Amino acid sequence: MKDTVAPYTTADGRQIGDVLMDMRGITLRFGGVEAIKDISFDIREGEIRAIIGPNGAGKSSMLNVISGFYNPQDGEVWFRGAKRPPMKPYQVARQGIARTFQNIALFDGMSVLDNIMTGRLTHMKSGLLAQAVWKGRAEREEVENRAVVERIIDFLEIQAIRKTPVGRLPYGLKKRVELARALAAEPKLLLLDEPMAGMNVEEKEDMSRFILDVNDEFGTTIALIEHDMGVVMDLSDRVVVMDYGRKIGDGTPSEVRNNQEVIDAYLGVAHD
Amino acid sequence: MLYREAGDFKTSYAADSQTFPIKFDRWRYWVVLAVAWLVIPFFINDYWANAILVPFLIYAIAAIGLNILTGYCGQVSLGTGGFMAVGAYSVYKLMTSFPDVSILIHVVLAGFITAAVGAAFGLPSLRIKGFYLAVATLAAQFFLVWLFNKVPWFYNYSASGQISAPERFIGNIAVTGAETTPWAQYLICLFFVTLCALLARNLTRGSLGRQWMAIRDMDIAAEIIGVDPLKAKLTAFAVSSFFIGIAGALFFAVYLGAVEVGEAFGIQKSFLVLFMCIIGGLGSIFGSFAGAAFLVLLPVALKVLGVDILGWPSSTVAHLQLVAVGGLIMFFLIKEPHGLAQLWRVAKEKLRMWPFPY
Repeated sequence: MKDTVAPYTTADGRQIGDVLMDMRGITLRFGGVEAIKDISFDIREGEIRAIIGPNGAGKSSMLNVISGFYNPQDGEVWFRGAKRPPMKPYQVARQGIARTFQNIALFDGMSVLDNIMTGRLTHMKSGLLAQAVWKGRAEREEVENRAVVERIIDFLEIQAIRKTPVGRLPYGLKKRVELARALAAEPKLLLLDEPMAGMNVEEKEDMSRFILDVNDEFGTTIALIEHDMGVVMDLSDRVVVMDYGRKIGDGTPSEVRNNQEVIDAYLGVAHD
Repeated sequence: MLYREAGDFKTSYAADSQTFPIKFDRWRYWVVLAVAWLVIPFFINDYWANAILVPFLIYAIAAIGLNILTGYCGQVSLGTGGFMAVGAYSVYKLMTSFPDVSILIHVVLAGFITAAVGAAFGLPSLRIKGFYLAVATLAAQFFLVWLFNKVPWFYNYSASGQISAPERFIGNIAVTGAETTPWAQYLICLFFVTLCALLARNLTRGSLGRQWMAIRDMDIAAEIIGVDPLKAKLTAFAVSSFFIGIAGALFFAVYLGAVEVGEAFGIQKSFLVLFMCIIGGLGSIFGSFAGAAFLVLLPVALKVLGVDILGWPSSTVAHLQLVAVGGLIMFFLIKEPHGLAQLWRVAKEKLRMWPFPY
């Protein structure tokens, strides 16, 4: 861990600062199966951190630990300098962690606008009575948050589908709406679970552009899981490599690419 | 065409999110309200009040309530009859215990009591979903009816086990009891319908409504975005039961006047209100009205057609009615799960283009 504590500068000259999230010795078991074995890594403020590994390596489980779906049997999660007690996902959301899902999890019966507005929930405070009366606080809050949402809609270029029910959208746009919903929460840490799965090259380029822009303009810290190696190497500042629940590599893309264990895990290794 | 909607010309987010974005709709809404409040009371007679308008208004409140729970929050409930009974017995106990307090306050209090009971019976929803939850709410239905039959305190130890509404006045106008005029019955129900529809619309358009719909559509994603499922589901149960309780209170005090719990608030009532929501449109306030109107009018229309015009025996018509409702439920579930409200929306969209569909 000592080797990653000092601030560093990325290839494109951005200064990466303090540790935002620190995973220390995380172990996650399902019955007798160890999905994650004693993994430690950190996520720094402002960086794009990728988690890669072959299928079944435990990447999604790791994301689920961060977002509170699973509580690890061992290890500590530190977020913004404080140790996090076991939490429910909605409590994690209120701490400023938002995420997207591998297979899209949008609210199909609601319009794009309403879906993204849901992302603002943690910022909306008016109670049941205020909303029942509507005039006054609830309406003001609605309009203020709508303005924020409209900025994100502009940013992700989905103005035209604002009022469309999400169920009617094609796959690529759904992915974008899901990103918009996560962004609407103005998270400190954004988790993306395979944001480019099932996309064609053009859609992947668009999505990559958006991820870089989010990181650039909003300064959002991003942790992402992705299978497309080209994308991972281009986007991320640092990469964690997992295999069979263990961490087998951690470092900049070029370091990871030359790591013998990583090459073995991906290309297979001769048993003799 | 009556419609004047050529594009989106909204200049503020408030204007964009109003209930009736089209001016013509807004006008029609005010006209309907004005007719309901200012014209109908002068022309209403006993038949119209008792056969059509008063039950329609009361069922509309109940359907709005169930629609919040089932249509917006996605929690199936078969306990509606039981919760209406809670409203009825609450208002009865309040009326007989505090005769000097206004009936309006009693009805609202009955709503709050039902909300508390509903939230308590909503607790299983945190663990179970779908059919299993429906069965759990079914338990509420049978338990509550049993309770009101079994414990004499609820019906003030009356010999018949029935409850009957004492006479109560607003000003010097009787709204419950034998002396009530049809227009007074109608107006008190209309008052609560207007109030409830407004509250329901406000609650479903804001962040609370979105929390409910998020839970309905994808509960995992809802949780990750910051919805506390416990709070969202229980508020849905409470708000829904509040409306259903008010409907039950009015059903007993204003409409029927005397009630035997198993007969008035049995399982058939739960299904009737659920059918109203399905036929009218799940997840729509307008749908609640449409469904209530439809299922109140259907028996009347069938009776007029079958008995009065075709001269069939009334028992045949009564059976036909069951067949028709059953058939319609299947038709709507297959063809248009979003009910009359969706048909209305589609018709509006088509009419906007008509007669040039491209």
